[in-house]
Amino acid sequence: MATFLIRRFAAMVFAVALISVLSFILIELPPGSALDSKISQLRQSGGEISAEQIRALEDRYGLNDPIHVKYTKWISRAVTGDFGQSFTMDQPVSTLIWTRLGFSIGLSLFALIFSWGISIPVGVYSATHRHSLPDYVIQILQFLGVAIPQFLFALVLLIFSATVLGQEVGTLFSREYQNEPMSLAKLVDFAKHIWIPIVVLIAGGTASLTRIMRANLLDVLGQQYVQTARAKGLHERRVIWRHAVRNALHPLVMALGTTLPTLISGEVVISIVLNLPTTGPLYIRALIQKDMYLGVTFLLMLSILLIVGNLFADLLLAWVDPRVRLDES
Amino acid sequence: MTSRVHSTSPDAASDQAGPDARPDATEEARSSEISQWGLIWRRFSRNRLSVWALRTLLLMYGLAVFAPFLAPYGADRIDTNHSYAEPTRMVFIDGQLAVCALEQSLDPFLLKYRYVDDCSRARPLEFLPKGDPYWLFGLFKLDVHLFGITAGEPLKGGASPANAAATPTAAPADPLASFRVQQPDSVAPKLDTIKNPPKIYFLGADQQGRDVLSRMLVGSQVSLTVGLVGVFLSLTIGSVMGATSGYLGGTWDNVIQRTIEIIRSVPTLPLWAAIAAALPRTTTIVQRYFLITLVLSLVGWTGLARELRGKVMAYRSLDYIAAARLAGSSHLRIILAHMLPNAASHIIVVATLAVPYSILGETTLSFLGLGMLPPAVSWGVLLKDAQQLDSVLIHPWMLIPALPVVLTVACYFLLGDGLRDAVDPYSS
Repeated sequence: MATFLIRRFAAMVFAVALISVLSFILIELPPGSALDSKISQLRQSGGEISAEQIRALEDRYGLNDPIHVKYTKWISRAVTGDFGQSFTMDQPVSTLIWTRLGFSIGLSLFALIFSWGISIPVGVYSATHRHSLPDYVIQILQFLGVAIPQFLFALVLLIFSATVLGQEVGTLFSREYQNEPMSLAKLVDFAKHIWIPIVVLIAGGTASLTRIMRANLLDVLGQQYVQTARAKGLHERRVIWRHAVRNALHPLVMALGTTLPTLISGEVVISIVLNLPTTGPLYIRALIQKDMYLGVTFLLMLSILLIVGNLFADLLLAWVDPRVRLDES
Repeated sequence: MTSRVHSTSPDAASDQAGPDARPDATEEARSSEISQWGLIWRRFSRNRLSVWALRTLLLMYGLAVFAPFLAPYGADRIDTNHSYAEPTRMVFIDGQLAVCALEQSLDPFLLKYRYVDDCSRARPLEFLPKGDPYWLFGLFKLDVHLFGITAGEPLKGGASPANAAATPTAAPADPLASFRVQQPDSVAPKLDTIKNPPKIYFLGADQQGRDVLSRMLVGSQVSLTVGLVGVFLSLTIGSVMGATSGYLGGTWDNVIQRTIEIIRSVPTLPLWAAIAAALPRTTTIVQRYFLITLVLSLVGWTGLARELRGKVMAYRSLDYIAAARLAGSSHLRIILAHMLPNAASHIIVVATLAVPYSILGETTLSFLGLGMLPPAVSWGVLLKDAQQLDSVLIHPWMLIPALPVVLTVACYFLLGDGLRDAVDPYSS
């Protein structure tokens, strides 16, 4: 187990390093970054202070250096937590991202737990009641859950919330609670806003997980040991939950590797529609305005989030499935 | 292959039991002379939902091919006198389907245009009239549309009371009349109504008065094909990578698998967005289109490559591959002539299930302003106009382009599911 952990950890560090290089190149690529416009703005204002500022910026970000020096300058500070400056927001990147990232992680985790909690029983029901009316309804709902773009679902729920429920929508708090200290009333107000992103995220996650659960359980139910269990005269409920479901859960854990990116991507998109203070709106704005240090940091952080999630999934899988443990060591 | 497909009715199947027949499937025992694809088609056609999905998709692609002909206007036909015009109401005048004209006036408080039906200037709906010129298949320059209205004499009797009653939703001629009296003169000119010639907007108009239906039809050309082209690219890259990885193994396998892992450990949408943002913004529509498909397939190939690698690795140890190698086949020939055809059905299933993700990807990117850019038209570009909640609440028809997206994606998933069950010979 120890070697397994060490190997996985080394692979993870390597992946993060490579992704940092790739995302740096990617975001460095387009000409005319926000830093360039900041410098030309300084140049226009002229004067001794501006010239000094330009020199400092050029030195700090290695503007006249080749790209690998530029990257080294950025990454050596990034590991100490200094990700550079956002030139459109005029704030250090590190002050901008942490609360937003924290909120994104919280939202994704919450949605993940709920998706699992819903999709396991629903998938089991769907598989054990194959070709029944509820099964068809569940399958149609699944298709809708996957087929409706998440931004659209969020938009529809917004409209529903604004017209039918008459709530003020978007952001996290109503205007009157924005700067209030935390209280019960503020919590209720928060719940009124947060349900839309959570429902949208859960819908997307649950749809694919239920499909996987249903398909796996159907596979397992066809196996001979399940037949044996039935032949022994075990109660059907025991056959399904103790014998079949346990073995059908592994692919669900493996699917964590695809569920997590879906949740993170979904969170980025819907937070733009809903104007949530998470990574999405700021990230896309940074990309469009070529605010490269902000953009590259977000991309890197989201990737690290995903890699850690995948490591967690692997550990979970090794824990529930001895075959994986033996294979790896 | 197609000829075989048509001969798969039970009567056409031979009684002879051949080596292909499966003892556990009595119906298929009679299908000995049906090819593998025939069997797949037979199993597929038993799944009615998937067959309907296939038919719907074929219909949609058919509509896309003839989109400029079916659309009453050109996708870029701007008409500021019909900004955010509501979906047109149709009336029967003298037994003819006719379109009422709209009078436009600006509401100075809501800053919103108000439209009032004016059926005294109604024009009949015509079939095959001449309208905006367009290119069909990129070959023929035509100006005939399926339906539309041409300038001409208004229908007689349009102003008669009987016909006015036929439009129950028609508002009084000037809803602001009482209001106008109280206004200072400086505001009055804004309230002047503009008497527009009638135009047909089945699904309403956008801010610039462009017909949503026309734009949706023309936009389907991009939205429906971007997935296909993207998946074709993914398939090409994925097949080469997957086959190499699975067949050669060793270092090649390691490098390719690690590359795939790295790409997959970046969340898809943020990665797509970052690549799309790095693309030059001063490209033509066609260049942008291919760049976007490239962006989509840069991530998409990894899934296909993984699937194919698994298949190729499984085949590698089989006897018929060993036989081919003993017979002196080259590696390339073994991959192309023996392995890929064997995995073809599987590849098709995976590819079919990848198309909707590409379509959703393009729609989402365009919605965020990073995919196709105006003046290009795609469903995502149209939905970008529906991004503002306030605007959608007043002009709900701006959300209509979402329906074909959902329909297409759902159909592809159903089709892929049906195909997957059909190619698996052990599926019940």
